[in-house]
Amino acid sequence: MKIGVLLKQVPDTETKIKIRPDGKGIEEDNIKWVMNPYDEYAVEEAIRLKEKKGGEVVIVNAGLPRSVEAIRQALAMGADRGIHIDTTSIEVDAYITSVILSNAVKNESFDIIFAGKQAIDDDCAQVAIGVAERLSWPHVTPVEKFTMIDEKTVLVQRPVAGGIKEIIEVALPAVIGCEKGLNEPRYASLPGIMKAKTKPIKSLKGADLLEGETPRISVINYILPPDRKAGRIISGEPEEAAAELVRLLREEAKVI
Amino acid sequence: MMNILIVAEHARQTPKKYSIELAGCAHELAKAVKGEVTAVLLGENVEKIAQEFGHYGVSKVITASHPAFNNYSSEAYTDALCKIISSEKPNIVLGTASSMGKDLFARVAARLKVGLATDCTEVRIENGSLIVRRPIYAGKALIDVVLKGTPQMATIRPNTYPIPDPHSNSPQVVRAEVVPVTPLAQLKEIIEAESGMVDLTEADRIVSGGRAIGSKENFEIIRELAKTINASVGASRAAVDAGYISHDHQVGQTGKTVNPSLYIACGISGSIQHLAGMRTSKIIVAINKDAEAPIFSKADYGIVGDLFKIVPLLTEKFKQLLKE
Repeated sequence: MKIGVLLKQVPDTETKIKIRPDGKGIEEDNIKWVMNPYDEYAVEEAIRLKEKKGGEVVIVNAGLPRSVEAIRQALAMGADRGIHIDTTSIEVDAYITSVILSNAVKNESFDIIFAGKQAIDDDCAQVAIGVAERLSWPHVTPVEKFTMIDEKTVLVQRPVAGGIKEIIEVALPAVIGCEKGLNEPRYASLPGIMKAKTKPIKSLKGADLLEGETPRISVINYILPPDRKAGRIISGEPEEAAAELVRLLREEAKVI
Repeated sequence: MMNILIVAEHARQTPKKYSIELAGCAHELAKAVKGEVTAVLLGENVEKIAQEFGHYGVSKVITASHPAFNNYSSEAYTDALCKIISSEKPNIVLGTASSMGKDLFARVAARLKVGLATDCTEVRIENGSLIVRRPIYAGKALIDVVLKGTPQMATIRPNTYPIPDPHSNSPQVVRAEVVPVTPLAQLKEIIEAESGMVDLTEADRIVSGGRAIGSKENFEIIRELAKTINASVGASRAAVDAGYISHDHQVGQTGKTVNPSLYIACGISGSIQHLAGMRTSKIIVAINKDAEAPIFSKADYGIVGDLFKIVPLLTEKFKQLLKE
């Protein structure tokens, strides 16, 4: 099977976000860059599928040169090769990312594409779906359980509101958006890390894959959310403290 | 003059609360630009629900009534909504960042090749442009965004806009003659949830437990308190990873982002990632044995103590209060 994985490099979730003085972006100086957490589930599921059915896992990433490190991490986990689309000098939004990713994968004849359900930087949750649309493939996202029924059909479980689950049968090829809990992503082994150094990563330029399309989303400015200050600690024995809290929630906060 | 189309949702013969919030939001926007609000409702037997939206500023409701629309299907709904948009030609299309809205709007925007802003917390119109504010980095920062292409599309975060006061008003109800396409992704089964739990993203009150809860069984004290005050049950990542409760309940950067009036965090230390998921709560209460827990620096009210003593006491006190 030819299995594609869409991958993004993002700031680690521990990052304290600071806005640039010009308000047009975030400070990138002390950021630790990692594979998007949801993409780890995508890479893991892809590798498991390869282990079951044979074939190859191809990582596709659109990003700055530093993103190659995230591709290597996926290769170290067990993916076979990568495609890096360099987005230096083009303006990128969720729309353009879908455009260049789908143009890059058009010639790869994937049977299936896994992606994280969203990237934890922009939180747009649009790219995997946008790629499916541009390829005219069905998509299901988010997916927390995945099985292959046969060569051309998969069965997935999609959580919707309030703990309800949908069981959906999808004809391949399809895009699957991965949710936390789909699997336990493996750690890259030392041999895996060594092997990854020589696995091939094809370099493409984002500018060559635009096909005349232009961004659709324009950010006017970045700001920090209002800060929350500490309130008060209610002291006293458990019985008193609990009673006082309930009273405050009713009379002062007025939320009960 | 700008016209706004909203995608309204319903369940069990009632409009979703967040769709009424959305109607109110759209109505305010439309008033400012002398436009009208049209709502789209998909599914059979939605006429009564359609009438209700008239009370919230919607002047026309388009129904797409066919058994195939009774459950959400990305392909069928995308096709139907695109056809309706192409015939109505709204300037702006709004939906809720619900499970359905997030999925549908991403596909529709991609098909129409227009800009989409997701999970917005504020929307306004200036000189014909929709300007939205949306959180990024799980709410650690906010951005103001404008969209290119027509229609301009956005999904609004649930529980952000208030329920508007109803006015008696009858909307025009029109049937869209849309034939659903047969999807390649087919819904086979729906597995119902534990007990009609209100989704965390829509909940107005939440009681959450952290790793200190210690076991699946111990979560019962959180459920008891939640039931007493009509709240949904949340959890920290640590509690979910320890297997005490399912991921559906996880609040935080790799879980759900919530926006309740009241958030009670029991035995949760308050990591950056957890805070990211609940920082916009109107009132935060923290109960933790550790006086140094970071959550106390963000909580409006805190009790330093043993949650196994405090939580059942709170349940008892709330029961008394609510009886009065």
